[in-house]
Amino acid sequence: MDLRLDHVTLVYPDGDSTLTAVDDVSLVVPSGTTTALLGPSGSGKSSLLAVAGGLTPPTSGTVTYGDGPPVLTPTTPRDEATRVRLHRIGFVFQQPQLIASLTALEQLELLAHLRGDRPASVRERSLEMLDAVGLSAWAHKRPGTLSGGQRQRVAIARAFVGEPDVLLVDEPTSALDHERGVEIIELVTALGRRFDAATLLVSHDESTLGAVDASAYLLDGRLTARPAAA
Amino acid sequence: MFVALRDLRFARGRFLLMAAVIVLITYLVVFLASLTRGLGEDSTSGITGLPVDHLAFTVQADAPPSGPGGGPTFTGSQVEQAQWEAWAEVDGVTSAQPLGIAQVRATSSMPCDTVPAFGIEPGAGLLPDSAADVADGKVLLSSGAADALGAQAGDKLSIGTLDVTVDAVLDVTAAYAHTPVLWTSLDDWQELGAHLAPGADPTTVATVVALDTTSDDALAAADDDIGTVTQNLHQSLSAISSYSSEHGSLLLMVVFLVGIAALVVGAFFTVWTVSRSGDVAVLKALGASTRYLLRDAIGQALVILVIGVGVGTLLAWLTTVLLQSVVPVAIGVSTTLLPALVLVVLGVAGAALAIAQITRVDPHAALAAR
Repeated sequence: MDLRLDHVTLVYPDGDSTLTAVDDVSLVVPSGTTTALLGPSGSGKSSLLAVAGGLTPPTSGTVTYGDGPPVLTPTTPRDEATRVRLHRIGFVFQQPQLIASLTALEQLELLAHLRGDRPASVRERSLEMLDAVGLSAWAHKRPGTLSGGQRQRVAIARAFVGEPDVLLVDEPTSALDHERGVEIIELVTALGRRFDAATLLVSHDESTLGAVDASAYLLDGRLTARPAAA
Repeated sequence: MFVALRDLRFARGRFLLMAAVIVLITYLVVFLASLTRGLGEDSTSGITGLPVDHLAFTVQADAPPSGPGGGPTFTGSQVEQAQWEAWAEVDGVTSAQPLGIAQVRATSSMPCDTVPAFGIEPGAGLLPDSAADVADGKVLLSSGAADALGAQAGDKLSIGTLDVTVDAVLDVTAAYAHTPVLWTSLDDWQELGAHLAPGADPTTVATVVALDTTSDDALAAADDDIGTVTQNLHQSLSAISSYSSEHGSLLLMVVFLVGIAALVVGAFFTVWTVSRSGDVAVLKALGASTRYLLRDAIGQALVILVIGVGVGTLLAWLTTVLLQSVVPVAIGVSTTLLPALVLVVLGVAGAALAIAQITRVDPHAALAAR
């Protein structure tokens, strides 16, 4: 399913005035493709990602997955946004954000538990996902015993285990060296294609983005043409 | 409980420390509750074992010490013949019997000891064993008094100025102000001079009138007419000198400990919840509902509380069983399971207040680097 952002605007209160973090952004990420969202710090990339993932309601505009009605609007109840995140969205955060007490396998099984299923019901699929990110031998290790790259791979496997319609990735290479950064982007892109997910990937490092299908540039909350120097 | 149980295993040191604190507090609460009830029974069982429902006291204006709130006391109460007879005529009173209570010195083969003598009319039905009865020149001993005096049926005793024979030893627990009780006839009790406190009217016949009633509607009016203060058996316990302050102090300790337990659990889970707020934000971002997270966290608190309170209760119960022959402790549901249940409920309440912070965690925070 495509990810469609229509005229999304996000305004934060800022003391006595307001701050427009995202300004009338419209963007389509086709199913099975990866679009990189570029821009300098403070340009609104993560804010747009938060709106696309239901973490923050837009001030105006809508978010649609596929051809149906908008799933996230300014009036979407918080519980409904939570349900959307649980069933339709996969997140990969800037840091892996793994739960310290869970093994790599349990990080993936957790999603089934959150959905009200027995964790064991997704064990086979979870092991397949860990295998897909090259970590089947580390399935029973906790995050504390994994390297930074391995932790990020577990986070990617966790994002895909629920077969999301949309994958939202927030600067996944910021803590990795260039070579591992490229590997992670290639892995995300390949898995997004394999699972037919519309992937929106925020990054500030263009040098790692060779594998993505498209890119968009955000400046001061607005989509703009990429500056020549960028 | 998917994450909660794994957190318990992963951070076992922290949770064991918390559980150990709960074990110790529970141990103290349960043991103190057992001691409170045991000491209470040791002080009041002679009164609570009376087969009546009310006691009528007199309150002398110049009879110190007065009970809590200026109420009557056994040491200050002195009823006269006319008051006893008047009570027998009150509507709703099926039985009115004089009961004398006084501390007397008793001497047997053992060294002299002070025991409370309960003076009752023969056939009054105020004994805990309905098959036994008092008679002039004879006394009945509770099993505790028999042990304390080293006496058995047929032995000679001196109580005060009277030489009496032990008629029987009743297999009952009856104590008053931490001393086991003996029973005499009211005439012998009066002959001991126990009814004549300094300055007392010579017409005094006993300490209180023990009343068996079918209705307490007329009691207040009768009190005004007769010049007495009537209390039910439970209320009358506060008329035992030192009982109220002793019982109240111990009960206060128990209440404070229970409160401390709730605060400690709440403080622990406040720190724990703050420390895992990052995880909570991530779980929310992944789609965990607030209800799911609250259930998970409360379940975690419940596991720790049930284990801690369970172990603490078991240890305290074992201690009371081992010590009950030398320490006045009472073991029962009200001294073990009830305080344990209260600790769990208040502990969960304390944890719930702390865990409520989960509702305020913003899933947006998961996007921030940790």
